[in-house]
Amino acid sequence: MDGPDISVDLCGVLMENPVMLASGVLGETGPSLLEALEGGAGAVVTKSIGPSPREGNPNPTVVTLGDSLLNAMGLPNPGMEAYAEELEWLRQGSEAPVLASVFGTSPDEYAEVAARLAPLVDGIELNLSCPHAKGLGAEMGGDPAMLEQVVRAVVDVTDLPVLAKLTPNTGDIGALASAAERGGASGLVAVNTLRGMAVDVEMAAPALANTYGGLSGDALRPVGVRCVHEIAGMTSLPVVGVGGISNHIHALEYIMAGATAVQVGTAIRTDGPRILGRIATDLRDWLADHDHSSLADVRGILVRGGHR
Amino acid sequence: MRSRPVSVTGVRSETPTQCTIVLDWEPEAQPGQFVMVWIPGVDEVPMGFSSIGPSAAITVQRMGDATEALCALDPGDRVGVRGPLGKGFELLEGKRCLLVGGGNGVAPLVPLAEALVAKGCRVYTAVGARTREELLFIDRLAGIAGPAPEVATDDGSEGHHGFVSNLALRLMDEFRPDVVYTCGPELMMRKVADACWERSIPFQASLERYMKCGIGLCDACACGRYLVCRDGPVLTGEHLRGVPDFGSFKRGPSGVKVPFAAPDGGGSIGIGLGSED
Repeated sequence: MDGPDISVDLCGVLMENPVMLASGVLGETGPSLLEALEGGAGAVVTKSIGPSPREGNPNPTVVTLGDSLLNAMGLPNPGMEAYAEELEWLRQGSEAPVLASVFGTSPDEYAEVAARLAPLVDGIELNLSCPHAKGLGAEMGGDPAMLEQVVRAVVDVTDLPVLAKLTPNTGDIGALASAAERGGASGLVAVNTLRGMAVDVEMAAPALANTYGGLSGDALRPVGVRCVHEIAGMTSLPVVGVGGISNHIHALEYIMAGATAVQVGTAIRTDGPRILGRIATDLRDWLADHDHSSLADVRGILVRGGHR
Repeated sequence: MRSRPVSVTGVRSETPTQCTIVLDWEPEAQPGQFVMVWIPGVDEVPMGFSSIGPSAAITVQRMGDATEALCALDPGDRVGVRGPLGKGFELLEGKRCLLVGGGNGVAPLVPLAEALVAKGCRVYTAVGARTREELLFIDRLAGIAGPAPEVATDDGSEGHHGFVSNLALRLMDEFRPDVVYTCGPELMMRKVADACWERSIPFQASLERYMKCGIGLCDACACGRYLVCRDGPVLTGEHLRGVPDFGSFKRGPSGVKVPFAAPDGGGSIGIGLGSED
């Protein structure tokens, strides 16, 4: 395609553009992943998949807060066997890159799911950070030693790139990034949602059945950009930025702060996954307008040591 | 949009298993759109409108915690409403319309019939239920200008003995409608759809899926490449052609495929988003 080069090599995953579908949004079925790819995503990440079917939390599971969103889906997924069929269906219709998001209750369970899905995908993203499913995700991913064990267990069972998705619900995200690197991760994803609560004062009740949920969307962006900037300055691993991106300017915030690629989730709700392609196109146009020939011209320019 | 509280102004029993909850709420809704109704401490569920206007109403089939809780509400109680959501029926002008409703699926067809008549359409209706006691809104439909509703019951206790889909096929050939609108059990709608495709009659069908977010994010309500909350609940014959899910399976809360059971003589139990899984 004409114009500046926005293709990305994300630890071996080759993408035509840096805009990915974030895990948790769409991605529970093959057709929605295909829709996101046809909508212009450089790559897609699946809903987080565990070993067996899981219904998630009772409704209400979402509450919208302006341009932000609080959700407590609770990791619903059909389990790895049923989900493998969704991926097989997708693979018949598209060769574009797909990352499987994986969760479990132990390092072995993470490894079991990753190994099952690996033949059907191009990379593994570890959900180490879901803030609203008891005993899962963040409770493991908030402990550097446990996080390192999970990453190592998964790296041991697959040759695919393994990316660790980190929680912002920590005082020291750098320690989590270092632990992932020690465990052998190929890349990092920052951030998952920020733990929060909303109250319906008329009903005098929490707005979510689960009481606590994860904040995404506009309000999360400064937290995400800060986290990416913080870890990009201390690790040599590529970092994927996610949190509150709904246009190319938001994407550029993350990229200048050190992100190699970005993910978009909550913004899908406005007009569907076409927004992924639009952000990529606008990003290319912005680079052209600013006389850049490549995304690499601006990547990491705010990180200590300059260009990455 | 956030859920907001509205008061219940009345609850009335329609059939032994269905009740209507009238709300102190005037939504700007199109026939066929839905609303997420929140009963704190119980659930939040998608419901179609059985009345639109100064006092919007939903009509539910009692089949689980949420619908039982809705039917147990008293005037003055409050529920949360998030909506109207989704895409409703497209209203055509001056056409011959056949409306086919099964079970609780008749509910959204009543405001549809009213709107179509207001647009100068000639509206024929076919209504089915398991038994005569479960027939919904025959009187309301009879009060709308046009031919009296045609009735089918699975047990033959009133009208045509058998499924409303069979009755609908006969009416299609008798009335030669320009368009068919349908809401009810998906196996019934699939039969109606097949007949429409065969005869090259355009149709619109209101689908039901398990819903969580209601705003096109979570993928719980996927039907093929469509999200029922975002692209539906009303999908057209053009949308549905080639969608393997339609009439074959839905998704459970985990996303696993759940096949539609063959009718056990009860092809007309549901479902106009006024029920729940």
